[in-house]
Amino acid sequence: MRLDYPPNVKIIKVPCTGRVDVIHILRALEDGADGVMVAGCMEGDCHYQSGNLRARKRVTYVQHILDQIGFGAERVAMYNLSAGMGVRFAEIAREITEKVKELGPNPIRRAQEASGESTKEAVHG
Amino acid sequence: MVKAKPKPIGEIIDYVKDFDKVLVAGCDGCVTVCEAGGLKEVQVLASSLRLYFNKEGKRKDIEETSLTRQCDREYLEPLLDKIDNYDAVVSLACGVGAQFMAELYKGKPIFPGVDTCFIGSTQERGVWVERCQACGQCIIASTGGICPIARCSKRMLNGPCGGSEKGSCEVSKDTPCGWHLIYERLKELGQLDHFEAPTDPKDWTTSRDGGPRKIVKEDVQP
Ligand code: SF4
Repeated sequence: MRLDYPPNVKIIKVPCTGRVDVIHILRALEDGADGVMVAGCMEGDCHYQSGNLRARKRVTYVQHILDQIGFGAERVAMYNLSAGMGVRFAEIAREITEKVKELGPNPIRRAQEASGESTKEAVHG
Repeated sequence: MVKAKPKPIGEIIDYVKDFDKVLVAGCDGCVTVCEAGGLKEVQVLASSLRLYFNKEGKRKDIEETSLTRQCDREYLEPLLDKIDNYDAVVSLACGVGAQFMAELYKGKPIFPGVDTCFIGSTQERGVWVERCQACGQCIIASTGGICPIARCSKRMLNGPCGGSEKGSCEVSKDTPCGWHLIYERLKELGQLDHFEAPTDPKDWTTSRDGGPRKIVKEDVQP
């Protein structure tokens, strides 16, 4: 389909969003990612029954943590779409990239820049 | 088992804000089961603290560990050599573990990372309920295996009170009336005679009223 989505979005594949835990999202932010989007299957369509529902709860928990530490809950979001919805994926990737751009860089990097420290690569592997 | 819940992160930030090297120490016992203070929760808390302090531009070393149990000396001792590498410890164990740490690691500030709530069981994943108040003299033999001290909001021994309604306690519709449960269970067991026999006032000195308690089992003492 040759769809375009912003090249700064780094994809980390998991067998099911049920594999994504709170700590994975936090570590991505610790490593400098400006935002994290979790893309799960449509609700009711999980191949492992409830992985995407669990993922949503964990994303909500991360948002709650980010709010508590003044990091901005909006940096993290969960979307549901099927494997056949490539167009929607590109659209969502653009949407979240725009939103995160508006929020500005990861506050850690901002603090590092303010103190003159070198910035880390904004990727999480 | 002991049940606890995580403290708000803001409270913990406040405890450790003036320390540079902080150890977040979990416990692999009860608090792991109730998902409040095991290794997983240690990682999440430590990561959240690092995110916060890095955002504030404050350099801090926040390290993570989890001990087999914090309420037993042999599991706390291995950390004795390393404890001076830290300025403070946040213990995610129950109040027992955190206090025992403070007792053993003299001169080291120990902060609680969880609020210890009660002795209870897992109703379903993510839901824990109180079942025992450790009164020191178990009476459930005559109450159908259901404890009126833990399950009746007023700890009545000759219940139910007048507030029991359709199986719910007057304190909240979502709380089953302990004495209703006891009655139904005794009926099922054919032991309603227990229900009719009055219970004498309880000796609360075996509970907290007698001051801090201690158990000595001489046959196993070294
Ligand atoms: S309604 Fe039942 S549980 Fe509640 S206080 Fe009265 S006897 Fe106890």
